[in-house]
Amino acid sequence: MTDLTKLSAADLAGKLARKEVSSVEATQAQLDRIAAVDGDVHAFLHVDAEGALATAADIDARRAAGEGLHGLAGVPIAVKDIVATKGMPTTCGSKILDGWIPPYDATITQRIKAAGLPILGKTNMDEFAMGSSTEHSAYGPTRNPWDRDRIPGGSGGGSAAAVAAFEAALAIGTDTGGSIRQPGALTGTVGVKPTYGGVSRYGLVALASSLDQAGPVTRTVLDAALLHELMGGHDPMDSTSIDAPAPLVVSAARRADVKGLKIGIVKELGGEGFQAGVSARFHEAVELLTSAGAEVVEVSLPSLEYALAAYYLVMPSEASSNLARFDAMRYGVRVPPAGADDPSAEQVMASSRDAGFGDEVKRRIIVGTYALSSGYYDAYYGSAQKVRTLLARDFASAFEQVDVLVSPTSPTTAWQLGAKLDDPLSMYLQDVATIPANLAGIPGLSLPVGLAEEDGLPVGLQFLAPQQADDRLYNAGAALEKLLEDQWGGPMLAQAPDLEVAR
Amino acid sequence: MTTETLVPVDEALTRFDPVMGLEIHIELNTATKMFCGCPTEFGAEPNTQVCPVCLALPGALPVVNAKAIESAIRIGLALNCEIAEWCRFARKNYFYPDMPKNFQTSQYDEPIAFDGHVDVEVDGETYRIDIERAHMEEDTGKSLHVGGSTGRIHGADFSLVDYNRAGIPLIEIVTRTIEVPGDKAAAVARAYVSYVRDLIGGLGVSDVRMDQGSLRADVNLSLKPKGSTTLGTRSETKNVNSFRSVERAVRYEISRHAGILDEGGSVLQETRHFHEDTGTTSSGREKSDADDYRYFPEPDLAPVSPSREWVEELRATLPEPPAVRRARLQADWGFSDLEMRDTIGAGALQLVADTIEAGATPQAARKWWLGEMARRANEQGADLDSLGITPLQVAEIQKLIDAGRINDKLARSVFDGVIAGEGTPEEVIVGRQLEVVSDDGALGEAVDRAIAGDPDAAQKIRDGKQAAAGALIGAVMKEMRGQADAGRVRELILEKLT
Repeated sequence: MTDLTKLSAADLAGKLARKEVSSVEATQAQLDRIAAVDGDVHAFLHVDAEGALATAADIDARRAAGEGLHGLAGVPIAVKDIVATKGMPTTCGSKILDGWIPPYDATITQRIKAAGLPILGKTNMDEFAMGSSTEHSAYGPTRNPWDRDRIPGGSGGGSAAAVAAFEAALAIGTDTGGSIRQPGALTGTVGVKPTYGGVSRYGLVALASSLDQAGPVTRTVLDAALLHELMGGHDPMDSTSIDAPAPLVVSAARRADVKGLKIGIVKELGGEGFQAGVSARFHEAVELLTSAGAEVVEVSLPSLEYALAAYYLVMPSEASSNLARFDAMRYGVRVPPAGADDPSAEQVMASSRDAGFGDEVKRRIIVGTYALSSGYYDAYYGSAQKVRTLLARDFASAFEQVDVLVSPTSPTTAWQLGAKLDDPLSMYLQDVATIPANLAGIPGLSLPVGLAEEDGLPVGLQFLAPQQADDRLYNAGAALEKLLEDQWGGPMLAQAPDLEVAR
Repeated sequence: MTTETLVPVDEALTRFDPVMGLEIHIELNTATKMFCGCPTEFGAEPNTQVCPVCLALPGALPVVNAKAIESAIRIGLALNCEIAEWCRFARKNYFYPDMPKNFQTSQYDEPIAFDGHVDVEVDGETYRIDIERAHMEEDTGKSLHVGGSTGRIHGADFSLVDYNRAGIPLIEIVTRTIEVPGDKAAAVARAYVSYVRDLIGGLGVSDVRMDQGSLRADVNLSLKPKGSTTLGTRSETKNVNSFRSVERAVRYEISRHAGILDEGGSVLQETRHFHEDTGTTSSGREKSDADDYRYFPEPDLAPVSPSREWVEELRATLPEPPAVRRARLQADWGFSDLEMRDTIGAGALQLVADTIEAGATPQAARKWWLGEMARRANEQGADLDSLGITPLQVAEIQKLIDAGRINDKLARSVFDGVIAGEGTPEEVIVGRQLEVVSDDGALGEAVDRAIAGDPDAAQKIRDGKQAAAGALIGAVMKEMRGQADAGRVRELILEKLT
């Protein structure tokens, strides 16, 4: 019998629809896989076997009764621990929310539940999504299934590793500066950041409200499109949610045709600072696209050089305000101050935050508080907002020349655990290619394009498209995926080391 | 508490000119909160009107209440303001235990309404108050400090927080600097707050109850030495909750500032609490330039851009301007200029209007509110609308008088009962047995006893001196505890003795 955990979500959904396999079997297979490998990978912070199997049994019963079900009904899914799940712990990888069980569901959680996808559990992440390696989780790092001495990327390392390690075919991530795409690239999975406002943020614990976007992490482009379509669309509970018809991403992924497509290589995202093996795989992929009929030109985004600086002002500024609610008053942990008999509310808040927040979170709160403070606002936050405007203009003029833009997703492949932990600035540089999309609110998709020669680790290529043109990403991504798989003779993840043997 | 040196207001005003700024917070009476669908009912059980959004649970997001925007625009128009074509909310970041997000979603440099004015009258003079802006924000929750004797946080055993009020829509109306003749400053401040109360009340967008906190005033005051052009340091007296207190707070702060300045001291820029019982203020939180709210545009909310068509539609629905309305009411009611001015000065215009609306004659409505009720309000140091009696009840009592069920004297007892919460006027009459007796049997016996008890008076009446009946009527009234129908008693006495 086929190993159910190795199937794509689309293939599994087909088998479920044809009743060749039950959701309980598929869910149990994932739970068994998690039990077998997650001790090494640590993709999950919380596994809900009982809840997942109950949903699976319910879906099987409804299917047996002939009920019309969502196409992905019964396909198990993993959810990043930043998404509110009613009755299931949600910690954001932080001690300050240790044990917190939300009394409500995020809109995307509701949509997943309504569609009947069993939720396997919550995946590990950098604390409050701050980081590019998942080493900043208060509950310990996630390891890259390709090499467990390496990081899986961040902040959504748990979701990406779960998909790469065959613990789930579908996972949800959130991307504030690349937290879906960069771990996707580093683990050989597909990750998509939809257009800002394309997927509801209601119930996502906010890192930076104007940048955060939830999206799919999967093994194939089509799977990502299926999950994107399920999660996306207007939500009246999110005032920034786009109230317009959502792009038709699934049909675009099925079309998979790049003939006549104009592709722009971003001049500023390549060359210096990019690992040789990353650049090599990237250029080969571009050549494949050309051979399939795409037209490739080089375009320039002059404001890109300020993007990283602008991001590292906007993100901590908004984060400093968003995290202010963690004050030990209503939820989360409360840590009494040492040596104070009759502490004030402020003292309790200070000691709780001191114990509850990790170093990276504190660092960004301090930076953000400073950047917003009176007398510095114009120089920092105000300037950063101007950069966003300039960058959006750069993208707009680039998209007048081309349909999509491409770049490597990450300048390097996965690095050794601990290698950049004491050097925050070096870690921040890893997001240089992904951050511009968040600042401009445009969609981006990363997909694996092979292994770097020097270390044998996955390399990702990123497509970018104009706002609300997410379908172009899926069309081009699926086309490239097909060309590559023809070359490889199957999915790239098939080349990943066997974790069960390796134990 | 340090002892203040207070300079009498009159004396202070010989050397200083007061400069004021008034901020009025108005709770809108929308059915739901500013950024979520929770109900806003006043007085509900603590923490029963809350949801993930107004509790600021991780991940919850605000969505603007369209009805609150409409109310804000109507208020802005009524204040003769410009309405912004495009504006945003901002986050005002600070910590307060009853503020769930630890930032207040407010408007900062992009208010929905700005550059307006209102004209208020004091002693027949008109004073123009310039409005800097009216902006939207949300209310905080309420802390209850348990265990201390004062209800304040100091000395309390623990504190409870009720988040029902958190997220209720507020409009904050901020004036520009108000400089009026010093001896008028306090009265102008009071008249302005009263005017705004009537204006907003007329729009129907708020309950404008100062006693319930749905209208709250902050009084900023500084003194400027006469002839100087530089402004002094201001104090901000928060949450003054009656018209009378607004006036008293202005006067007290004039006295206090003058005392400090006379001694060569400097006034601290701070917030102060007003004490209703003593008419004094005390120091709250020191407010210095170090206060940094780190405002920035609220990224969770889409900007607000009311269409010009909508604004004009709302303008067309505004009630008549207050000056026009006053002229109309004065004519309708047949009030003299003086009667009208007294009514407005007492903050009774709306109460009188509502009482007339409920069926009383204009003179009766004026008589009760400016006489009996004003006296009670003075005694209690309260405003007329916080006495615990409504215009509808006053009108009902007047109808009972007109029907002969009670007389004016008994009515006072009915007012006592209604205010004491003994029920409707009807219920109070029954409960206190206040009904006028006009039954001839009972009255006849009382008259007989009065005649027997005062033979001299009886003889005078028999001799044709009808004026002597007054003594006998008084005796009957006394015996019947004021409940006798005086006219009938007089008739009975004359029947029996002539």
